[in-house]
Amino acid sequence: MEKLKLVFVILFLILLNNKSIAKDPSELINGIVNEASLVLKSSDPVESKIIKLNDIAERSVDISGIGMYALGKHKKTMSEDQKIKYKKLFKSYFLKSFSSRLVDYTDPKINVISQKKINDKYTIVNSILEATSKRPKVKIDWRIYTKNPDKPLIRDLIVEGLSLARTQKEEFNSVIQNNDGDLDALFKTLEEFLIK
Amino acid sequence: MKKLFSIIILILFSQFQVLYVAAGTDGQLEISNKKDTSEVRDCFESVNRGIFAFNQGLDKAIFKPLAKGYRKLPQPVRSGTSNALSNLGNLVTIPNNILQGQVKDASINSLRLVINSTLGIGGIFDVASYYGLQKLDKEDYGQTLGTWGFGEGCYFVLPVLGPTTVRDSIGSLANVAGGDAWYNVTVANNTQYFNEADYYFSRLLSGIDFRAKNLESFDSLESTSIDLYASIRSLYLQDRLRKIKNIDEATETMNDDDWEEID
Repeated sequence: MEKLKLVFVILFLILLNNKSIAKDPSELINGIVNEASLVLKSSDPVESKIIKLNDIAERSVDISGIGMYALGKHKKTMSEDQKIKYKKLFKSYFLKSFSSRLVDYTDPKINVISQKKINDKYTIVNSILEATSKRPKVKIDWRIYTKNPDKPLIRDLIVEGLSLARTQKEEFNSVIQNNDGDLDALFKTLEEFLIK
Repeated sequence: MKKLFSIIILILFSQFQVLYVAAGTDGQLEISNKKDTSEVRDCFESVNRGIFAFNQGLDKAIFKPLAKGYRKLPQPVRSGTSNALSNLGNLVTIPNNILQGQVKDASINSLRLVINSTLGIGGIFDVASYYGLQKLDKEDYGQTLGTWGFGEGCYFVLPVLGPTTVRDSIGSLANVAGGDAWYNVTVANNTQYFNEADYYFSRLLSGIDFRAKNLESFDSLESTSIDLYASIRSLYLQDRLRKIKNIDEATETMNDDDWEEID
């Protein structure tokens, strides 16, 4: 009887642990901003900070989705092998550019001010990167993919109205177009960026 | 020849502020327009890329070092300079507010201009904000043309002047055709109080002030971009679209269909 009770308790705890709790998009941003702030403020060596920042990005950003978006119309002409290669390359490219952009900040202060649900799939979270003596305040909006409410993911950063995902897409498109539509040219450019 | 040189210098500095599009503004944003900025044609792309590389060299040799030096000035000096330049900018913004039918904004900007030019000692202090007249977004003749429905025309890059479109270039020329009161009292009509040098110095300072505010963001873009030319083109066109639409609240910056395709 005692054993049966124990099994029930364990089962209950497992179920409780798995219970889906929809996460608020603003909470997601507040959470990662605080987490990133702690990393950036720390006295850790740069390499350690980069590893931690990349870990945050992998958990909170839909890297694969952004990668597919950035390919635009060219994703339709991709072979399966190219798709696998691209996903891997894009992830490395994204994490490298993401961490190198952030690591120079010592303690960025980002305040979430509001959020607006566009549809079931997307919510925009509005925030402000507070001014420093070097630069004015910057308005940052986060496009959050909320198709799975339990695990919202960042899909775009809109800095003062300028979408980074769109910029990425037009940049990739330019590389492909200037190489007669050759996707391998993009892969080569990404590889070159990664070994820089 | 002197006139031509003056016009080139003028366009240079009127374009300067849109070159570095990652700068901060106080305005909120919302882009409801579904137009894709990639639809704008890049005329003579290979030539444009060459000119872009030349401009990059110029930036590294002249403007970036000047901006770094400017950054070393005490913060109150930079704030005062920035405020005074912004105050002068109202002389172009106000007529464009009116041309775009923004009567309320034109009134606020006019009051700001009067208060800051007098109580704010030539615009150095933003006294108007203390009276609840908050700074609004800048407007220019290129934006007005856009608001009136003129298309961008070709995107191209001018030597020294940087990225532009046919529409924005025409808009810039309106400043020298009497559309900028500051130009009128300094360059077009010599008065006993101001001369040409005042105008060009203010434009140069405006460019340096803007560049100084964006040193890190531009460096970051440069180091992470795999095609900087394409990135700048995209950012320039997105920025102009946002400004023309006079967006107030952030919702979306692009056609959602783009995202739908990957779901």
